[in-house]
Amino acid sequence: MDNYILYGITIILLFISYFNDKKKTKQALKKSWKSFENILPQFLGVIMLMGIVLAALNPETVSKLIGNSSGWIGIIVCAIIGAITLIPGFVAFPMAAMLLQNGAGYMQIGAFVSSLMMVGVVTMPLEIKYFGKKLTIWRNSLAFIFSFVVAFVIGKVVGGI
Amino acid sequence: MKDIKGLLKRYQFFLVTIVIVAIVALVNRSLGLKALGIAGYSFKEMALVIPPVFVLLGLLDVWVPREIMMRYMGEGSGLKGIILAIIIGSAAAGPLYGAFPVAAVFMKKGVKFSNILIFIGAWSTTKIPMFLFELSALGVPFAVTRLLVDIPGIIIIAYALQLVISKDEIDEIYKKAESL
Repeated sequence: MDNYILYGITIILLFISYFNDKKKTKQALKKSWKSFENILPQFLGVIMLMGIVLAALNPETVSKLIGNSSGWIGIIVCAIIGAITLIPGFVAFPMAAMLLQNGAGYMQIGAFVSSLMMVGVVTMPLEIKYFGKKLTIWRNSLAFIFSFVVAFVIGKVVGGI
Repeated sequence: MKDIKGLLKRYQFFLVTIVIVAIVALVNRSLGLKALGIAGYSFKEMALVIPPVFVLLGLLDVWVPREIMMRYMGEGSGLKGIILAIIIGSAAAGPLYGAFPVAAVFMKKGVKFSNILIFIGAWSTTKIPMFLFELSALGVPFAVTRLLVDIPGIIIIAYALQLVISKDEIDEIYKKAESL
């Protein structure tokens, strides 16, 4: 659904651009191709890396790891799993809901969801290409620490601890 | 010969990951095949999303003048720039790595560094489609609490990052974006 909208908008804009200025449109497409070609090697590497990590850490393994653990160790484990995995939201949220039903705490799930979305260890090679090593490492570290803050607040507000 | 060497160097990381998958497959056949299957699936997903994103970026690069982007999101854009960065990031679809090429075009257009970092933060965690999904899966208190903590968090992280990185390093990142 999202994709249809994205393609629709792109095609319409491309047509408008073409009718207004053919030369500029050509230039735009050249730029698109150049920036895509530039990042392709990293993209391909990240895809393979994702395959390896996700094959090893499937939802069943994850739920085994954090389903029964609690306290700070559980939260840390959750945040680390969230940081290294790259699970699309439409898989992650139902999975998190399932974990909650199976007895995981709100704090753990808060840490997991937060670091899952903000920290990307697997995609770091891509991020470094754009932002450099230093900033990438800092951003991911700060986001990782921040996911504990989120976990704490969610535990307080939602879990009522 | 030099071309092949350059190509090998560029694809070094990809080649290493292929070797890792091959080794995994040798040790544990089913795990290796599963990794390949997941990689194939992700590749299909990306192949679908990436073309329009890069075409849109090319159009943005050619049609939107630097002055306009600078006025709305550049130095001195203040609160307006911050709010725009959050809105654009939140309206996006797709995984975090999709945000990086967009950030590179923003840099070319003179968008302030802190706003780019806020944009990345918003893309990573306050995306509207994902928020709606989170609401239905984990409930209103969970999703709303997370959103309310995340918005100030994103802004704080953006400014903290600006503190740890020097002006020269930021210039370096902007210069690199020109060539991407």
